[in-house]
Amino acid sequence: MVAPADTLRYLWAGVTGDLIGADEVSRYQIIWQLRTPRVLLAAVVGAGLGAVGVAVQALVRNPLADPFILGVSSGASVGAVAVGAFGVLGALGVYAVSAGAFLGALGGTVLVYAASVSAAGVTPLRLVLTGVALSFGFQAVMGVIVYFVPGNEATGTILFWTLGGFGAATWGSLPLVTVVVLAGVALLRSASRRLDVMTLGDETAASLGVDTDRLRRGLFALTALMTGAMVAVSGAIGFVGLVIPHVVRIVVGAGHRRVLAIAPLVGAVFMVWVDLVSRVVAAPRELPLGFITALVGVPVFILLLRRRGYLFGGR
Amino acid sequence: MELRLEGLSVTVAGTDLVRELSLEVPGGQVVGLVGPNGSGKSTALRCVYRALRPTHGTVWLGGEDLAGLSLRQSARSVAALTQEGGGDLDFTAAEVVALGRTPHQRGNRSLDARERELCREAMERMDVAHLADRGVLSLSGGERQRVLVARCLVQEPRVLVLDEPTNHLDVRHQIGLLSLIRRAGITVLVVLHDLNLAAAVCDRIGVLSEGRLVATGTPREVLVTELVERVFGVSATVVPHPLTGDPQLLYTLSPHTPEEGTT
Repeated sequence: MVAPADTLRYLWAGVTGDLIGADEVSRYQIIWQLRTPRVLLAAVVGAGLGAVGVAVQALVRNPLADPFILGVSSGASVGAVAVGAFGVLGALGVYAVSAGAFLGALGGTVLVYAASVSAAGVTPLRLVLTGVALSFGFQAVMGVIVYFVPGNEATGTILFWTLGGFGAATWGSLPLVTVVVLAGVALLRSASRRLDVMTLGDETAASLGVDTDRLRRGLFALTALMTGAMVAVSGAIGFVGLVIPHVVRIVVGAGHRRVLAIAPLVGAVFMVWVDLVSRVVAAPRELPLGFITALVGVPVFILLLRRRGYLFGGR
Repeated sequence: MELRLEGLSVTVAGTDLVRELSLEVPGGQVVGLVGPNGSGKSTALRCVYRALRPTHGTVWLGGEDLAGLSLRQSARSVAALTQEGGGDLDFTAAEVVALGRTPHQRGNRSLDARERELCREAMERMDVAHLADRGVLSLSGGERQRVLVARCLVQEPRVLVLDEPTNHLDVRHQIGLLSLIRRAGITVLVVLHDLNLAAAVCDRIGVLSEGRLVATGTPREVLVTELVERVFGVSATVVPHPLTGDPQLLYTLSPHTPEEGTT
């Protein structure tokens, strides 16, 4: 344990370059090199997942949608496992697996998009169904890779990418995902009213001057990019992007301007706490985050569905 | 503002939904579209509120080709009540009405005082002011329909397009809505199933059958026994309304045989 006062002092030293005692170096390194980026990363990813969850649920008009429904996470897993198994992208060194996951995530979403787009544009239901179907396909590809390429590493890689975690957080992994998430949330917020209108239905939206087809394509690209950036650093952490939007809507109502202001904050706080629990509950081992988010998320979600007076899509 | 459909054809997946439809809605008049299910009424309306691009033909708004305007530009002039319900999210009634201001607004600015007043007025006109804070998804069909009409009104349209606006409404609110349309002084194109209401509210009526306009004219010219029989396949006796003189249809369950009750 490091006392809170010492923790503050180390953080201060980290930020300002202040001096610390020689016997404190290892503790300082734990706080500054391991814990701090980890907490920040958890906050950024939590915020991003909360916001993307809101956007994707509006995009596909489905309350059960989460950021990973459009094939992002399974695509990322394929990319990451492929890097591990075949050693592609070796030139990127320690970032090879993250880069593989990012490319896999984008590749996955592009495939989902290509398979679901038609002359009439992208229809929400077809997007969801294609996303779910292709996710199974990606998982199969991943399974085949793991099956034919021996080695324990691959199994661990899969566990990490499908359940997620911040164990690999470093200062180096922070900047890109932070910029993408912050810019993404800002862009989503700027489209709040159009998101509101889109959920009224495509025809009504057209009559109110909103081109839903164009908006959907933009949202698709933006959420894929954001989710890809997050998956690359933390794996696919489930349930946050599904549950946070609903919880926030219950509290602040449906308007996207408020929801997109609150959901990232709630997501960030929630994620930091979940990460903390994952580290301490079975210390020194770490539980994969997906376990905890699911253990918390499932009962919350069930309670929420049973709650009277909360309606999505009139069902 | 005048609305004119010229040679409108819509083909979706090889099926002709609307064929060569030409129809004029003079400024300030109420023109009704009637016809059996699947005759292309809603499809024609969709072309006016930009949910659908006609395969051939032009929709003229004032002197302008609608296809040349951005969605936003046309939404400033044309408001529509569609067949869609309350949407996915449980917005409050007041929030839904406020979204009617969307085409007039830039970005996410909140409504100014005049716009808030506009919303309040519209909700009062539609008798939904007391529902302002209720979620739209928990309203009854008729209440929701009135909220959606209020949303159309705050759009301050010069042309109002209504797809079966009396759906779900009780008699009082049907009459209330149609009286409001009558008095509003804006150009209205409305699809109605109830021919008697159509006769009461419309200056002119267009009759669609299998995507084609088969008759057009004043209610008195159009709503005659022979046409109702031919287009709708029902036998009706047309009598003048004792007070207004509008044609009113009295239906008989077909085939009409006086002896039926006794056998």
